[in-house]
Amino acid sequence: MNQVNNPLLEVKDLSVAYGKVEALSNASLAVGQGQIVTVIGPNGAGKTTLLSAIIGVLGSRGQVSFDGRLEAVPEVEVLVGRGLGLVPEKRELFSSMSVEDNLKLGGFMRYRQRDRYLDASLMEVYSLFPRLLERRKQAAATLSGGERQMLAVGRALMAKPKLLMLDEPSLGLAPLITREIFRIIAQLRGQGVSILLVEQNARAALKVADYAYVLETGQVAMQGPAAQLATDPRVIDAYLGAASKHQAMLAS
Amino acid sequence: MNLQIALLLGQDGVTNGAIYALLALSILLVFTVTRILLIPQGEFVTYGALTMATIQAGEPTPLAWLLLALTVTECALDVLARYRAGRGLRVDRGMLGKLAWCAALVISVYHLPLASLPVAAQALLTLCLVVPLGPRLYRLFFQPIAGATPLVLLIVSIAVHVAMVGVGLLLFGPEGARTTPFSQAGLELGPVTLNSQTLWVLALSLVLIIALFLFFGRSLYGKALQATAVNRNGARLMGISPELAGKATFAMAAFIGCLSGILIAPITTLYFDSGFIISLKGFVGAIIGGLVSYPLAALGALAVGLVEAFSMFWASNYKEVIVFTLIIPFLLWRSLRSHHVEEDA
Repeated sequence: MNQVNNPLLEVKDLSVAYGKVEALSNASLAVGQGQIVTVIGPNGAGKTTLLSAIIGVLGSRGQVSFDGRLEAVPEVEVLVGRGLGLVPEKRELFSSMSVEDNLKLGGFMRYRQRDRYLDASLMEVYSLFPRLLERRKQAAATLSGGERQMLAVGRALMAKPKLLMLDEPSLGLAPLITREIFRIIAQLRGQGVSILLVEQNARAALKVADYAYVLETGQVAMQGPAAQLATDPRVIDAYLGAASKHQAMLAS
Repeated sequence: MNLQIALLLGQDGVTNGAIYALLALSILLVFTVTRILLIPQGEFVTYGALTMATIQAGEPTPLAWLLLALTVTECALDVLARYRAGRGLRVDRGMLGKLAWCAALVISVYHLPLASLPVAAQALLTLCLVVPLGPRLYRLFFQPIAGATPLVLLIVSIAVHVAMVGVGLLLFGPEGARTTPFSQAGLELGPVTLNSQTLWVLALSLVLIIALFLFFGRSLYGKALQATAVNRNGARLMGISPELAGKATFAMAAFIGCLSGILIAPITTLYFDSGFIISLKGFVGAIIGGLVSYPLAALGALAVGLVEAFSMFWASNYKEVIVFTLIIPFLLWRSLRSHHVEEDA
């Protein structure tokens, strides 16, 4: 178990079923303040399902407590308002709207609560991703894959999340851009954002994370400090084989 | 046909066209945000017009009781839903506010000297009564099935329409109603005198269209509604609740419908069941805009108004036939050149 004092996110025995098929069974995990925690595992292991259930997009059984409060039934709007953010695998951008509108909508909850520092946040996002500043008038649909991912992350950051959940941020991106994204993940932690990272690029994920869970067929198969898992022979065999050695270079 | 007749018909056409344009925009707005084809749009028009007429006759309108009943049901359902979600039995401030609002309306329709109020106050009271119906209808009939297919939503929409026509008969009776114009003055323009009500219709429609344009183009709330239409999941993850978006669009639809009703009540006699044909014409406009483009829909609706006015002159028996035949070439054209686009990932 990830031993942390008053964890930001604590999930206990979370199960999700699609009809009769159980996609996630009794998964438990914790993310501490300022930690980067990663969940790795093969395709179809239930990683995306896990994140969707935590934020309440999917119905689930089990306990999710975030920032010291137990959610009987996680509801997206409530959790987003309390500082949980998700960058989904599909990005889910507002494709016909401009980059800047996308970002501003990311801060919608704060706007509703009359937060006066939205413009400052917008500037921070632009300084993190200068590319978005260049393209701020363009429609989101016209961006390249990497820029879209930056926009998706930037949009989520506009809500000033306490915990940011990233679903496969490197999926479909060119190696150099992947490296850029991982650099930014490390940088975000420096700004006090905790991160729950779901990745297929296990080597890069283990390198950046503090603690890691391995999810297989809907269950937590292994867990431990990331550095320790990275040297575990079972993990090396399954996820860090010679074939994936180039991933290490991308993570550096 | 001489110039004077053409101008008169044109005035008629543009007046009706402006109303159809408002309804077309409203139908489009509701459809893009919620995927519901709002058949009861016309009922907001008749409810608005008939409520205004009842108020001008100085009678307390029973609509206030309907609103109260719907609100009580909604609050009860909300409390129940919250209890089931494990958050205990709690009545929050929003609910109390809604109930207080309805109670205040019931009291005011019985105790205010309705007939002697200035027209603006009567119109305001009508709006206060009719607009909240929009979000109530969404909450009670559409929110529970928000995830259903557009076909199911359409069927429910038709059911709501039929029910509202029936309730309209109960509330307002079978007689038609016409209200007094906002002002008596006219405007001389060459050979024709422009009816003052026409000017009111045109001015207020224009103001409303510009307001809608600014709301969606500039304000973050407008953009949030637009975002719900573009990508529902994305919007949810930003904390933009689809329920809130649905209620907001229904409130806007009710507002637009009710205002249109108040505006045209002095020009045409409306009955409890007149709403459907009016909103259908707005719908033709919306179809011309392909259910996506706001300016095209508004222009289309304006064209519908003009075609209607001129066909009334040339072939008055076939007026409706001609108007609704308009839709066929556009449907053909749309079906030929549209191609299905996957939702962007």
